[in-house]
Amino acid sequence: MEANKKTRLRKHFHQAKWDEPIIFELSREGERGLLISEVEKEVEDSVGDGVSALPENMFRKEPPALPEISQMRVLKHFLRLSQQCLGADFNIDLGQGTCTMKYSPKVNETFVRSPKVAALHPLQDASTVQGALEIMYQLDLYLREISGLDHFSLQPGGGSHAILAMTSIIHAYHRTRGEAEKRDEIITTILSHPSDAAAAAVKGYKVITLYHNEDGYVEVEALKKAVSERTAGLLITNPEDTGIFNPKIAEFTKIVHEAGGLCGYDQANANGILGITRAKEANFDICFFNLHKSFSSPHGCGGPAIGALGVTQELKDYLPIPLVEHDGEKYFLNHNLPHTIGKVRGFLGVFPAALRAYAWIRSLGAEGLKEVAQVAVLNNNYILEKVKKLKGASAPYAEGKRRIEQVRYSWEKLTRETGITTEDVTCRMADFGFHLWSSHHPFIVPEPFTIEPTESYSKDEIDEYLEGLEEIVKEAYEEPDKVKNAPYNSVVHKIDHSTLDDPKKWAITWRAYLKKHKTKS
Amino acid sequence: MSKKEKKVHPYIPNSVPEVKAKMLAEIGVKDMEELYQEIPESLRLKKEMDLTEPLLSEHALRRHVENILSKNQTCQENISFLGAGCWQHYVPAICDEINQRSEFLTAYAGEPYEDHGRFQALFEYESLMGELLDMEVVNVPTYDWCQAASTSIRMAGRITGRREMLISNTVSPDRLLVIKNYCQPVMALKMVRHSAQTGLMDLEDLKSKITSETAGIYFENPSYLGFIESQGQAIVDIVQEKKALSIVGVDPISLGVIVPPRHYGADIVCGDIQGLGNHLSFGGGHGGFISTRDEERFVMEYPSRLFGITKTSVEGEYGFGDVAYDRTSFGVREEGKEFVGTHAALCGITAAVYLALMGPKGMQELGATIMQRSQYAMKKLSEIKGVKAPAFDSSHFKEFVVDFKETGKTVEEINALLRERGIFGGKDLTLEFPELGNCALYCVTEVHTKEDIDKLVQVLKEILE
Repeated sequence: MEANKKTRLRKHFHQAKWDEPIIFELSREGERGLLISEVEKEVEDSVGDGVSALPENMFRKEPPALPEISQMRVLKHFLRLSQQCLGADFNIDLGQGTCTMKYSPKVNETFVRSPKVAALHPLQDASTVQGALEIMYQLDLYLREISGLDHFSLQPGGGSHAILAMTSIIHAYHRTRGEAEKRDEIITTILSHPSDAAAAAVKGYKVITLYHNEDGYVEVEALKKAVSERTAGLLITNPEDTGIFNPKIAEFTKIVHEAGGLCGYDQANANGILGITRAKEANFDICFFNLHKSFSSPHGCGGPAIGALGVTQELKDYLPIPLVEHDGEKYFLNHNLPHTIGKVRGFLGVFPAALRAYAWIRSLGAEGLKEVAQVAVLNNNYILEKVKKLKGASAPYAEGKRRIEQVRYSWEKLTRETGITTEDVTCRMADFGFHLWSSHHPFIVPEPFTIEPTESYSKDEIDEYLEGLEEIVKEAYEEPDKVKNAPYNSVVHKIDHSTLDDPKKWAITWRAYLKKHKTKS
Repeated sequence: MSKKEKKVHPYIPNSVPEVKAKMLAEIGVKDMEELYQEIPESLRLKKEMDLTEPLLSEHALRRHVENILSKNQTCQENISFLGAGCWQHYVPAICDEINQRSEFLTAYAGEPYEDHGRFQALFEYESLMGELLDMEVVNVPTYDWCQAASTSIRMAGRITGRREMLISNTVSPDRLLVIKNYCQPVMALKMVRHSAQTGLMDLEDLKSKITSETAGIYFENPSYLGFIESQGQAIVDIVQEKKALSIVGVDPISLGVIVPPRHYGADIVCGDIQGLGNHLSFGGGHGGFISTRDEERFVMEYPSRLFGITKTSVEGEYGFGDVAYDRTSFGVREEGKEFVGTHAALCGITAAVYLALMGPKGMQELGATIMQRSQYAMKKLSEIKGVKAPAFDSSHFKEFVVDFKETGKTVEEINALLRERGIFGGKDLTLEFPELGNCALYCVTEVHTKEDIDKLVQVLKEILE
């Protein structure tokens, strides 16, 4: 059945543009944005002005040079800034591939805003937070079933943080066997998330990066050559950022296990495989899910978030403390894990993200989660068929194979033939109210762009997005300058990046900007 | 559900069978199964996942979740004196108004064009924090104070090329667990003792432990135990003599009345922004800041994103972008500085709103009010037989140790009795700091009225006297 309205590109789109000053430029001496409750007279009579108790050298005589702005103006300023930001609620957010931009249900926001969540202190006695602990425990059970692993910690604050925790567990595991020094290498692949390499280096590991063959697959032989008695573990994303699923993944884990290493599965983005394939069947020891990706907690401009970390029974004792457990009657915190890595984040993690993920899973059930995965894969392969037909675009690797939840494409041909680069297309897409990004370095794929449609967007919306790409390709061949000079209808125009890499010119705060770029009048 | 007609889930538009069929046809496959042909049979899950039956209607979901949440008792329904790094401060309505905006709540990694507002809001966050801290460089927030301290320590290690860090033994034990894991096995930690009487750092111990291998010192001010470390300059002088760096963890809400650590020579300042407009949220409202002077050797060691202001092709228009992006792990993987990913940006935007609302006078008045209320609480608590507050003979900001040793009851017993009467007592320190004995860490902020404090004192009297 077709929608009534024919999909079409928003050629008259213009994003809000307020020419909004920097907050310091709004300051007017004497204005106030908020008053705080004054202390009672009896308190003042009893203790005086409070600050006299400070040692002389610790008293700040000059107040911080914050701006002075009345309340409505502060509101207006930040509302205007918000309008100059294109959240997933506003656009057809397919173009931030690897980020799993999906619908974050509004009903879940009502839960986290409730004082029953917002006004909970993490150190309250367990008897007073049974509801929160129940959510955490039940979510742990769900994630166990979704991954096949045995215990989850909700403490890591994001995917990279979960990778750090994963690497810390690998390190602690070998330490308890007296092998930490001998096993000083972590193996990963170039198309695994950069943090799989970077967080391993934080823990002092030498990182061995495997490259794929021309078809986009990492060969078993390459791994066999890389493993040795120095192998501590494998950290691997699957499907990789190309959307290619490594069909030999179980052979990989077998090889690493035989060499005495542990295997960590980066499932930050598991959106295409929920209910289809799991860490357990591929024999992984550790895995993690980003609850702000596959499990719908909103991205919040980049957190707060959770990278939920799962392990096999054998590694339970290494998880960060505490774990939420249930004794048949009540929920409690278990701090008693003999080999624990300690902690990776303060308190218990980002509970609101856990709550949203719980509610999302609860609203879908097993069948719904599988439907999410299948429709995400359907949408992705639909787009793949269409993008491949775009002049100048290609989908490197795995010719003729199906992809899972995303594809890393290339504008190499477009650039060669028209001079238009990924960055140019990205800027022009903003003119139609879309995001498109190149995704992470390294740019192994020349002029890359990554599209991941998730399950959230209708066919009509997907078609609209594709029309955007089509239009820009047409422009690139017919009037390339139009693309080169974009954006026109976004908030700002071509940005001068030269100052951002120059220590003499970069300005990370307003005060640094004033010092470096404004002479005093 | 299987017997009934299958419903199209509101979150999955292309579940409509006709649409699905059409898309499959366009791809040229018969069914969904064909799309998964790359995943070998041996790896496939052969059963349906065993999850609870879904609550398909929003109404049913809401009832279910709200029912679970109703089992919680909150710091609004009770009077809470819990702090220990997660603080109950007043959250202005506008902070919630802004961080609940769809535009910010659901944005992620867009370009500085269509996400200009995200870049500007976070640049303003950095700038406002810069004024509070009197520093030129502040990062886009990391996870929390624990991570900020850990990264500050690793930054100091890289800047100095040394692998040993001194840490005050009064820092938060929770935080110390994070730091320990983050430093192992690359950096070694040595703890520096404090004076049992004042809580202040034992400078002789510091002198005896610092060596030419020391990258720096990390201490907190106000300390985890609430007292103000007044020897900042003396500590920094000792550290500088060894060409090491001083890292200070600070509660930013104290900086309206307390000097920022840079004034006594700190090189790296870190801490948490939860108190600046972010709710407690069971520990979910945290964000960590790291701050330094604008020197290349510092800036190039940040793992975090640093948003900078620049020009555009249009005269007079502000643009924003990443400063020195190629130092990050996004750019150069394991060759980058630690790692960067999704951290706590929305808490940063919220803190920007908070600081813009408060302004210089607001922060000054807030600091003074907190000190007055906490001093009043200490004074009143000390009037209870057997109770001593503060336990340390020093000045305090908003938290302080209450000594219950002479009361004949353990903190655990006292807190259980307080709970029955609608009060969450301070954090039990008996496990974290056994040398203090039977003590608890109380937190009093601007939200605690005289009535709240008087009630605590009255109830404690009933329990203890």
